[in-house]
Amino acid sequence: MTSVVYSENEDRHATPEDYLSGGWSIRSWLLTVDHKRIAWLYAVSITLFFFFGSAAALLMRLELITPAGDLLSPESYNRLFSLHGIVMVWFFLIPSIPATLGNFLLPMMVGARDMAFPKLNLLSWYVYTLGGIFTIAAVIAGGVDTGWTFYTPYSTLFSNSAVLAAAVGVFIVGFSSILTGLNFVVTTHTMRAPGMTWGRLPLFVWANYATALIMVLATPVLTVTLLLIGLERTLGIGIFDPALGGDPLLFQHLFWFYSHPAVYIMILPAMGVVSEIIACFSRNPIFGYTGMVLSIMAIALFGFIVWGHHMFVSGQSLYAGILFSFFTFLVAVPSAIKTLNWTATLFRGRISFDAPMIYALSFLELFTVGGLTGIFLAALALDVHLHDTYFVTAHFHYIMVGGAVTAYMGGLHFWWPKLTGRMYSRGWATTAALALLIGLNLTFYPQFLLGYAGMPRRYHSYPDDFSILQVLSTLGAGVLALGYLLPLIYLSWSLRRGEKAGPNPWDAQGLEWQTPSPPPVHNFRETPEVNEGPYAYK
Amino acid sequence: MSSEAPQTPAIEDPQIGLKLIPEQASEYAQQVDFLYYALLGISGLLMGILAALVVVFAVRYRRSLRRERGELIAERSGRRLEIGFALLLCLSFIGLFYWGSQLYLHLYSATDADVTIDAVGKQWMWKFQHPDGTREINTLHLPVGETVALRITSQDVIHSLSLPAFRLKRDAVPGMYTRAQFTPTRAGTYRLFCAEYCGTDHARMRGKVVVLERADYQQWLAGKVDVPDRAEAGAQLFQSLGCGACHKADGSGLAPALQGVFGSRVKLADGSEVVADEAYIRDSIVEPQAQLVAGYQPVMPSFSGQVSEEEILQLISYIQSLGQSREADEQ
Amino acid sequence: MPTSNSGRSGESRPEVQFDDMEQQRHAGLLGMWVFLLTELLLFGAIFASFAILRVRHGAVFAEAAGHLDLSLAAVNTALLLSSGLTMALAELSAGARLRRATIGWLQATMALGALFLAIKGFEWYSEFRHQLMPVLGLPFHYSSALAAPGEQPVAAVAELFFNLYFIATGLHAVHMLVGLGILAVMLALARRWRRPDRIDRQLRIAGLYWAFIDVVWIFIFTCFYLLRA
Repeated sequence: MTSVVYSENEDRHATPEDYLSGGWSIRSWLLTVDHKRIAWLYAVSITLFFFFGSAAALLMRLELITPAGDLLSPESYNRLFSLHGIVMVWFFLIPSIPATLGNFLLPMMVGARDMAFPKLNLLSWYVYTLGGIFTIAAVIAGGVDTGWTFYTPYSTLFSNSAVLAAAVGVFIVGFSSILTGLNFVVTTHTMRAPGMTWGRLPLFVWANYATALIMVLATPVLTVTLLLIGLERTLGIGIFDPALGGDPLLFQHLFWFYSHPAVYIMILPAMGVVSEIIACFSRNPIFGYTGMVLSIMAIALFGFIVWGHHMFVSGQSLYAGILFSFFTFLVAVPSAIKTLNWTATLFRGRISFDAPMIYALSFLELFTVGGLTGIFLAALALDVHLHDTYFVTAHFHYIMVGGAVTAYMGGLHFWWPKLTGRMYSRGWATTAALALLIGLNLTFYPQFLLGYAGMPRRYHSYPDDFSILQVLSTLGAGVLALGYLLPLIYLSWSLRRGEKAGPNPWDAQGLEWQTPSPPPVHNFRETPEVNEGPYAYK
Repeated sequence: MSSEAPQTPAIEDPQIGLKLIPEQASEYAQQVDFLYYALLGISGLLMGILAALVVVFAVRYRRSLRRERGELIAERSGRRLEIGFALLLCLSFIGLFYWGSQLYLHLYSATDADVTIDAVGKQWMWKFQHPDGTREINTLHLPVGETVALRITSQDVIHSLSLPAFRLKRDAVPGMYTRAQFTPTRAGTYRLFCAEYCGTDHARMRGKVVVLERADYQQWLAGKVDVPDRAEAGAQLFQSLGCGACHKADGSGLAPALQGVFGSRVKLADGSEVVADEAYIRDSIVEPQAQLVAGYQPVMPSFSGQVSEEEILQLISYIQSLGQSREADEQ
Repeated sequence: MPTSNSGRSGESRPEVQFDDMEQQRHAGLLGMWVFLLTELLLFGAIFASFAILRVRHGAVFAEAAGHLDLSLAAVNTALLLSSGLTMALAELSAGARLRRATIGWLQATMALGALFLAIKGFEWYSEFRHQLMPVLGLPFHYSSALAAPGEQPVAAVAELFFNLYFIATGLHAVHMLVGLGILAVMLALARRWRRPDRIDRQLRIAGLYWAFIDVVWIFIFTCFYLLRA
């Protein structure tokens, strides 16, 4: 029936061959409302920011080779880790999978011609870019030294850096996140093809849907918090200043009310990607689809009531601390079930080890280490010892770099043939994936040890005794850099020289594989009709 | 910044080598480490199982192996597997949760200390004051075997006092008192850090804890310049600020007598009741009208900005020295 | 499945990504609901901050609230609630394809909204005259029965109350202005009356937004005006 509607509207859909052949003029890119092209706009922008943030990290790691603060001044070091955090969190991780792969694939996976609001989609990229410009302006104006957390009263009364410009940048980029989230929610609800019931949605769609809900619900709180920071810094309204009757801990509550769910904005889409890859390369239906969906939604929900676990030593009420600790243990259960299900999906499969699968299995290892060390931090007395040490740094880098970035790389390699119609060099891709796995563990594992030994994070110089572990970590960062630079080279190369991929090089399930690569402008030649669940492998 | 602030003392890092499990300088540290080992055991086990499964599956079910795979797990048994796994996790999590919370509550809420030491964080140093008035910066001397409570605050941004050898850390928040209590059990020199990022020289805000035998500690105190003890200094301030004009000991003044106030329940003008703890007394000094005692007029001016954080702590020590309330004694 | 509307004359065709008008209408409405959810959390964060500080500084906040003009605010509440009614009537009229009634009710809604803003502006002006507007470095003088004149902390806490008050009412006023802008566009569309079905659809979405502004005002009225000494 839908195909009838389609043919009726055929004149409006008279399309060129594929979405890329519509032209390469700047205008055709900057004014596009095609979700696939917008995904590319995002992909290019976040890649720039990623290497920008990585350069900052690399400089920090070089400084930390020696215990004395010799390479950089304390001011520069503090600005570098602040920049690294702000850029990586808001300009890379949060938009990473949703705004690129999600943007490209979500409409295709539900069988739609585009997002529900294509113009809003483009607007969100412009808003992102504007936020990016402000952030870069903040760097040019001397940088910001508050850390990505903007803790008060340091950020409002004491810091002599470009806090305002940076806060405005993040304030603006929040709106782009809200617009993306809004589009995803509405698209998932209203744009599904006939037969694409909720129970047949691929887990990638579920994960992005849950992420979108978090974006929509949590981001406005960040918006207000940054607004208050700006007002406090410029006008001294006193809301976070104890001398004027304000409360510095109120800031932390507001900030983490956003920033903890933001962690799930980063990791949920990653879980979605990994589910798709593991199912495809073990040729099995995903184990426990219902359990996976429930876990995704449970994580999104519980993610909103654990923010206080960032404040166990802050002076919040001890009983609040105990409650938050309990919820934090609780939120670990659905994540553990997901890990169990991914592993069980391998059981009696036909497993092949193409690059995306290596990334997905790396994700499994890294995410599990990150998740298990999260349990350490949920246990109150241990958190007191580990809070604000390198243990925490290691924990969230295992989740964010090991989890989110590895899954992003895996997803990029999995859907690259769909995005571009070309295949990359498999040998190089395997090398890069292994470099990533080794580099990550080498960089961040020593940081767990440093943390339990007591070394605080955000230290520009440190006691000599810690230096051996810091040197190991820096070595790891070198390997890691290789793991990121290689794909940049061979993927760019494949854009023109790679062999043609065909519509479905992995023999994968899912609507996105049933259309040519690269897909036509409106995704499908005919609106697809769905009559079975996802992951019908074998 | 190449030229460091003149008042920042040189950093003295204790030379104790790299210890992946830091020294256990208190019984509490040992207990936290038990929890750590338990978690290491559990995560090692789970990680091992996961790795073994992945490797075994990867080898047995690799695509190149053309062998019959057998039936997949049926949906019902799959669901049972999920639920069983979740229950198992929940059970062990409840145990870990209880364990961690017990220790946490003890560390932060116990109030039976022998010695209370004030710690004030400031960009970029830690200032300590012992009950006898002795002050020190970035170094903290403690006696073995006595239970020490730290009363922590900050005079500018948020800091965090971190003593890894005692598995202890507590934020120093401006306008607020936080506390932590512990008993050093081993003499030695240990690390001391600021753990909450506090600006340019955050990394230089570190020092050492020196735990001495009791006699050595007394000797160390005696060797310091003789200064009035903390409560006495508070009494002098009380006098010079003119507090006594209204807070008369016999209760005939415009303001309530302070004898026995500390730790008692105070009825407020708005009908509510509060416990007169450190936070209440601090608020009453800097914002007297907010929690006015029932039956009195709001005549007390604020001393906000006129007394430093350390002086407020001295005033509190003085009021404490005027006697705990009877209620508190009875408890 | 409903048939496509694109064939009927005078009815609009769906945008290219939609199959039919029903789907497009559904998406538009849902989009507005999700957007309002965002707005709810935006104001929610401000109300949560207010609640925490209100508990902390009960007496001073209650007294400071006494300096606000309750009667003007009550009038404003009545105006805004009535505008909610006229807006609903405008939607009903558009649904019944009654052009003149739609225009009339829209104009009434806009008039009530504009009156609300005028009164709010007057209120701000009188607060400015009483030096209770600590915005943009304007002088702030606050005398309190709780403290001697010029006493710092009480004045500072009262200033905090007024800061929160101006943030909340200011943000609300910005939303009112946006709402009036949307209504102005709807009014222009209703005058031309090209595609009644589209006007009907968009008016429902605009109505949701307008109702939301009403609800936020009720919260502001309760928190800032009614919780007084």
